[in-house]
Amino acid sequence: MFADIIITSLINGSTYALLAIGFSLIFGVARIVNIAHTAFYMVAAFCIFFVTHHWGFHPIVGMLIAVPLVTLLGMVTYGIFIAPIREHEAAVLIGTIALAMALQEVMLLIFTGNYRSVPPLVQGYFTIIGVKVFYQQLITFVAALVILGALRLLLMKTRLGLAIRSTAQDREVANLMGMNESRVALYTVGISIALAGFTGAVIVPLTIVEPFMWLHPLIMMMAVVVLGGLGSIKGSFVAAYILGFAEAAVVFLIPMGAFLKGSVALSIMILVLLIRPEGLFGIVFEEER
Amino acid sequence: MDLIRYYIRKFFKLIKTEVFVLPSRMIVLLFFLMLLALPLITDDPYSLRILILTSIFAIFAASWDLLSGFTGQMNFGHALFFGVGAYGAALLNLHFHIPPWASIPLGALAAVLAGLIIGIPCLRLRGTYLALTTLAFPIILMGIVFAIPEVTGGELGISGIDRLVRSRVAQYYITVIVMVVLVTVMWKITDSNIGIIFHAIREDEVAVRASGINTTRYKLMAFCLSGFFAGMAGGLYAHFMRIAGPSTLEVSMSFQVVIWAVFGGVVTIWGPVGAVFILFPLLEFFRFWPEYRMLLFAIVILLILLFMPQGLLVWIRDKIESECPRCKIRNVATRKNCRICDASMH
Repeated sequence: MFADIIITSLINGSTYALLAIGFSLIFGVARIVNIAHTAFYMVAAFCIFFVTHHWGFHPIVGMLIAVPLVTLLGMVTYGIFIAPIREHEAAVLIGTIALAMALQEVMLLIFTGNYRSVPPLVQGYFTIIGVKVFYQQLITFVAALVILGALRLLLMKTRLGLAIRSTAQDREVANLMGMNESRVALYTVGISIALAGFTGAVIVPLTIVEPFMWLHPLIMMMAVVVLGGLGSIKGSFVAAYILGFAEAAVVFLIPMGAFLKGSVALSIMILVLLIRPEGLFGIVFEEER
Repeated sequence: MDLIRYYIRKFFKLIKTEVFVLPSRMIVLLFFLMLLALPLITDDPYSLRILILTSIFAIFAASWDLLSGFTGQMNFGHALFFGVGAYGAALLNLHFHIPPWASIPLGALAAVLAGLIIGIPCLRLRGTYLALTTLAFPIILMGIVFAIPEVTGGELGISGIDRLVRSRVAQYYITVIVMVVLVTVMWKITDSNIGIIFHAIREDEVAVRASGINTTRYKLMAFCLSGFFAGMAGGLYAHFMRIAGPSTLEVSMSFQVVIWAVFGGVVTIWGPVGAVFILFPLLEFFRFWPEYRMLLFAIVILLILLFMPQGLLVWIRDKIESECPRCKIRNVATRKNCRICDASMH
């Protein structure tokens, strides 16, 4: 039981961490609350399902196709629908909601609402201290960590990362220093959607694929972002595992827990916010006026 | 007799000088008259049903605007108030046999309480933090609803609630009149001193605080007021549908209200109301292509926003009316000189 909780929370936590970091990147740089973020994750999952089931390829091929495709889709939709109205905060908000709805409906049309699944990359399992650990769970966890590490390298060591970080800190000054702010925003959207796509790719063998699968992660992702502190990657990382653990513990320990898992995790978030309104690792910014 | 004649003359003068000078006011007047006259033309239960639901959601959308549009406290969990109102009215009606005319306001008071409860922690947060946190509350409540099915009916919800009234036409008149009254009250609130303070909080909270206004109190007030109106909408919905289910708390409900309000144009009250009266029947119209319904809806929203990012109705108003550069009074766009101060409009 305890080991199950640990495994589930590690995997859910990594998913939430990947999603939350992508979400806060896009928010930090472009000030877009991207409700459609997890919808792209859902699209990636369906891409992989399509490649494996209809074309009969190995899931890894599906992943290689899905991530670039979703990134492209994200950048194109951003360019068409969101970029022209970026100055209107409220419009962007419902723009992304409508985008998420549109993606969900397109997937519903193509694939219908049936529950689908994708075969794992590697079959089989091994046992540690009497607990079954599927290879797929290990792969998912490791892949998530690798991606998080790569993202950190990108943000900290490259010129693009520097541009992203500085734009997130102060858009106007970054612009004055000669960074093409709208292009940085476009690249950030690309990276962020790629992260969403990648999350979909690594988690897809472990979950059920259906057009509404983006709603629960969306809520958890937002909770993680708030709990960890907006714009703090370390915060998102820690908060993701905290909430992932809370969810898993509720599901396994409490009867009727499956209904309450969201409630308990979100209540934890609210309790923390009562004590620290800026989140665990958030920094209190001078109020933007 | 003279007195009556005086008031009648005054009334017509008011209509002539205040309403007929602006196309937007004429449209609003015509719209209300048409709403009231509609049952004379048709008593098709289906179209009446759609309009009843539209009126209920119009209250709901306007209440979101009162909170999030005016004070800028982005609420992504507005379904909480709707759901609490619906469940409150339903439980009171079912267990204590309180008739609808009392259970709906009492349910709305429960929603006010919910507004207080979530308002107090949320006031420490601002901007995006607030938006993302408020999203959590209806989901927490939904978890509780599912966890205690003995009280709340779980997934099926509470059914067997009293009807508002028996006949469909009477239901229609009740909801439409309640909608008109509540929306007018909301509009009056936003027009009063309180509304000006709300608006000022949206623009610059620090400046409002510096002017010696306790912004926390006003924000809490906004939460409560908005909760009350949304709760009224929820109670009406429960009594009209005769069921209060978890669908009233869903995330899509919270998103829907944001879509309506922003689509019409925020910080107006009339914007969201008009938007519901456009979008909700539109969604019903798309029922002819059931599988493309939501897709068409989403595409319509995306495309309209692309061209009118401040909201459809605000955009239309700016096209047919223009503001006098000197006295800031609105005029028909075709006028050359302002109707009040005679300044040139260009």
